[in-house]
Amino acid sequence: MHEIAQIPWGVSLAYLAAGVLFILALRGLSSPATSRRGNRMGMIGMAIAVGTTLYTHDVVSLPEIIGAIVIGGGIGFIIARRIAMTDMPQLVAAFHSLVGMAAVLVGAAAFLNPGAFGILDAVTGEIHNASRIEMGLGVAIGAITFSGSIIAFLKLNGNMSGKPIMLPGRHLINLGTLAAILGLIGYFVTDQSPWVFWTVTALSFIIGFLLIIPIGGADMPVVVSMLNSYSGWAAAAMGFTLGNSAMIITGALVGSSGAILSYIMCKAMNRSFISVIAGGFGADAGPAGAGGPVIDRAYKRGSAEDAAFLMKQADSVIIVPGYGMAVSQAQHALREMGDLLKKEGVKVKYAIHPVAGRMPGHMNVLLAEANVSYDEVFELEDINSEFSQADVAFVIGANDVTNPAAKTDKSSPIYGMPILDVANAKSVLFVKRSMGGAGYAGVDNEVFYMDNTMMLLADAKKMVEEIVKGLAH
Amino acid sequence: MDFISILSVFVLACFVGYYVVWSVTPALHTPLMAVTNAISSVIIVGALVASAEAGSAAAKYLGLLAVVFASVNIFGGFAVTERMLAMYKKKERK
Repeated sequence: MHEIAQIPWGVSLAYLAAGVLFILALRGLSSPATSRRGNRMGMIGMAIAVGTTLYTHDVVSLPEIIGAIVIGGGIGFIIARRIAMTDMPQLVAAFHSLVGMAAVLVGAAAFLNPGAFGILDAVTGEIHNASRIEMGLGVAIGAITFSGSIIAFLKLNGNMSGKPIMLPGRHLINLGTLAAILGLIGYFVTDQSPWVFWTVTALSFIIGFLLIIPIGGADMPVVVSMLNSYSGWAAAAMGFTLGNSAMIITGALVGSSGAILSYIMCKAMNRSFISVIAGGFGADAGPAGAGGPVIDRAYKRGSAEDAAFLMKQADSVIIVPGYGMAVSQAQHALREMGDLLKKEGVKVKYAIHPVAGRMPGHMNVLLAEANVSYDEVFELEDINSEFSQADVAFVIGANDVTNPAAKTDKSSPIYGMPILDVANAKSVLFVKRSMGGAGYAGVDNEVFYMDNTMMLLADAKKMVEEIVKGLAH
Repeated sequence: MDFISILSVFVLACFVGYYVVWSVTPALHTPLMAVTNAISSVIIVGALVASAEAGSAAAKYLGLLAVVFASVNIFGGFAVTERMLAMYKKKERK
């Protein structure tokens, strides 16, 4: 069907090798010990893919291409070196937007110069029907990825409020736009006029924007994973257009990777994918109302010295980090605290909820950055039973993921979400900036008012530094 | 390749992706996203084709721009993954 059958077998083999290397790159991530070798394989795969492409085409513009690679690569490299680990979610969102835009540009280039892509029908001189659909889908998914990721970036980076923006009748608008895009891609088969192609592109940019604005900050881990998935499907669709196995394999890998991560995140919040997409979570609708002062319920407030004393006496401490730790960059001070406690003979472990932070695995990276050994860091299901034997649960910047309302209160917006059972520990130390604003879901947390809870109200980093001082003497 | 062979590769790769990704340890989910980002920029292959072939100046410049974007992602994605992975250490037990 495609007219690139004259490609020599060696070239197809090279692309296949690149695809296999990409699979091995992901395979390496099954353990930190093999992960770096995996990453190298990914790099080799990419070099093979790029090299093969340049080698097999009559390149008329090699200097420009090299210039483009050097400019882009230089920018990418500098960003990768400089970015703070706390800003990883924004960076990943920004990178997704670039993949999306690249897909749109490649699609547009293929439309303008179909001959170069070998997608012209020899008889009619028009673009193959199948290619039109693949191209249309690729451009549409790419454009959605682009504008969606831009919004996700702005929300994660704080340039835009994390609060959902709800347009009236948005479901109708969104479904209508999606239907129009699909309809036009279908129509594209019968009429390859430029207006069809460009309308599909424009509508897709708009729908990507509309899809993400109503999604609140708490759902960002799902959104980032979802856009990751889209960027893969966009690459796969372009791979179909080009009949290139490396692109198809990669697209499928990335697409399923993002989809699985979205699924894991949704499950960890007990939310259905549909309800995340529909958006609105984290609005002021919660019964406690975010920010609204929860009328003076009695709680115990402690000082850093109290906390230091309590933990020094303990046999085991489980630290529960959340987004607040990332915001105040407390991970280094936290590791110092853990080291001092270990010197006192206290067993220290870290417990991580799958949706702690703003992207999958965010807390693990921050702890790794602070030099916490990864065998001290545990996932929810591996450590949850240990809280009942722990002397102290030290919660820092996490809230919703520890809220027992998720188990008991059917009317709570987070009902059904699996939580870390910090309340089972003998004592709970809860580091929080103030008693106001209660997590992203805007729900009050019973743990604050328990007899065995001590609230440590301060900036996370300052509080931990004070505790470190308290432990040091 | 004809459409059916391409589709076969795609479907099988989806299954491979499914099993490989489930085996990724949750601790490495952030590097997973960074590296999938880098490899999905294999779309640079399409960008190179567009910018390499004569025929349409517009297509060439769109292609070159796509090469720039994809390169940011490839170099940035792999480098930041490498940087993150280098931080995952297991300390010797004393």
